[in-house]
Amino acid sequence: MRDIAVVSVAQHQQKALTDTTEVELMVPLINRARGAVGLTQDDIGFTCSGSSDFLAGQAFSFVHTLDAVGAVPPISESHVEMDGAWALYEAWVKLQIGGVDIALVYSYGKSSPGSLRDVLSTQLDPYYLGPLWPDAFSLAALQARLMLESGTVSEQRLAEIAVRSLNGAADNPLAVRSSAGATIDSVLAEAPIADPLRPSDCAASADGGAAVVLAAGDRARELCERPAWIKGIDHRIDPHQPGVRDLTRAPSARKAAAQAGAGDDRLDAAELAAPFSTQEHILEVELGLGPHTPVNASGGALAGHTMMAAGLMRIADAAQQIHDGRADRVLSHAASGLYLQQNLVCVMEGE
Amino acid sequence: MSADPSVPPAALSGEVRMPEKLADVEPVRSVRTPIRLEYDFVPGEASAGYLNAFADRKILGQRSPVDGAVLVPPRGVDPRHGAATPEYVELPDTGHVGGFCVTRLPIPGRDDLEIPYVSAWIHLDGADIGFLGLVAGIATSEVRMGMRVRAVWKPDEQLGRTAENILYWAPTGEPDIPVTAAGTNAWHAKQAAKEQG
Repeated sequence: MRDIAVVSVAQHQQKALTDTTEVELMVPLINRARGAVGLTQDDIGFTCSGSSDFLAGQAFSFVHTLDAVGAVPPISESHVEMDGAWALYEAWVKLQIGGVDIALVYSYGKSSPGSLRDVLSTQLDPYYLGPLWPDAFSLAALQARLMLESGTVSEQRLAEIAVRSLNGAADNPLAVRSSAGATIDSVLAEAPIADPLRPSDCAASADGGAAVVLAAGDRARELCERPAWIKGIDHRIDPHQPGVRDLTRAPSARKAAAQAGAGDDRLDAAELAAPFSTQEHILEVELGLGPHTPVNASGGALAGHTMMAAGLMRIADAAQQIHDGRADRVLSHAASGLYLQQNLVCVMEGE
Repeated sequence: MSADPSVPPAALSGEVRMPEKLADVEPVRSVRTPIRLEYDFVPGEASAGYLNAFADRKILGQRSPVDGAVLVPPRGVDPRHGAATPEYVELPDTGHVGGFCVTRLPIPGRDDLEIPYVSAWIHLDGADIGFLGLVAGIATSEVRMGMRVRAVWKPDEQLGRTAENILYWAPTGEPDIPVTAAGTNAWHAKQAAKEQG
């Protein structure tokens, strides 16, 4: 296996990008990520992106966004209709194969032009669930009810997770929802929006994007003082049909974490991309995170969830902590699909 | 598979064995699951600037910071280099036909369009890429690369922030641009001249 590291990251996130196209969003981010390590597109051997045409409401919208990269002369490029964390996985595989030493990964999501909670219904099976058009909050509420009734989690615990995000996000300029003064009582006093889920249990929807540069071996050391070395990365999938799953669990997250070697040593930080407090709880259990591992210390996905980029942003957040010397070993997680159906875990270390 | 949804696919039209308790129930052979999602169109900074000016009979392009190429309509970026293009350039409503296509099939929803029609890349004077438009006011067999044209605008009171402000491009009667310097050849000719100093 080649040593591969995240050497540069750039992110932007806000509540709604009402004056900016996806291209206009990504031009500065891609240039910032490349520029911070002195690279131009000529130095990049492989470029991979993640996004969803269902957010833009336009077929092949991701092809437009390539304008932000600079694809002349022709570049080696790929796209996944997945969170950018999966684009990063593809780039990592490409670097493992060899012949390429540097890869650019980016992803973005702008949900504000449409209704995300309805758009997400299109990921359901088209015969049984899809035609019912259950919205994303209602589906998550079914899971939350199941968890509460079965004793998997308590309302108190869910409120603790919400407060952790609200408080942690207070100093995070990329967060779109924060409250330094939020308490368990104040969260429990919120009126449910999809019983039993309260507003603070549901991730604050955001528009944004992230760009990440990966480099292999000595190239990574040349470009970055303290590269975030990817020690393990794995993704696993649970069944698509919720009727055949135990919705209080996410076995694929547990498996991905084990394959990525998450439990081999202590973790200084965990960045989880769960769109609901209930799912953040499931992940903490499945990933075996102990009380000494700070989880989503700057608010995480609950404080600002950019569809299609939330996972890549968690990787960027975690890598940044290594770059800055704040952490030596971090875990980042990305999810896709209904009820954490797909999970990716990436473990990074500094030297 | 049949295009008519009332005709079941061949694979399903054979005998279907149903459980005993469903023996009297009409089998489901197909379901229709319509999808409708609504979006607000966000033109973005460059396109908003362009459309606002266009409603005022002005055509705006943007200049590449890399090699000065003028791109129209502007998208906020030079896609060849991924470089932001903050500088706007106002362009005239005259140019030449860089390339064209005669179409003999109607477009659904455009009953006003007479068949055959000519769509063309109009290379505006001062721009370095083509600008899509219709060519009219001349027999389709007379349209040619390098032919000089001018925009025919809608009446002022009908102008808006839409690509439909220009009805079509009509020939000016000026002498043609030589084909070797027309359309994308113009850019290559310009670059070659630059290299020769």
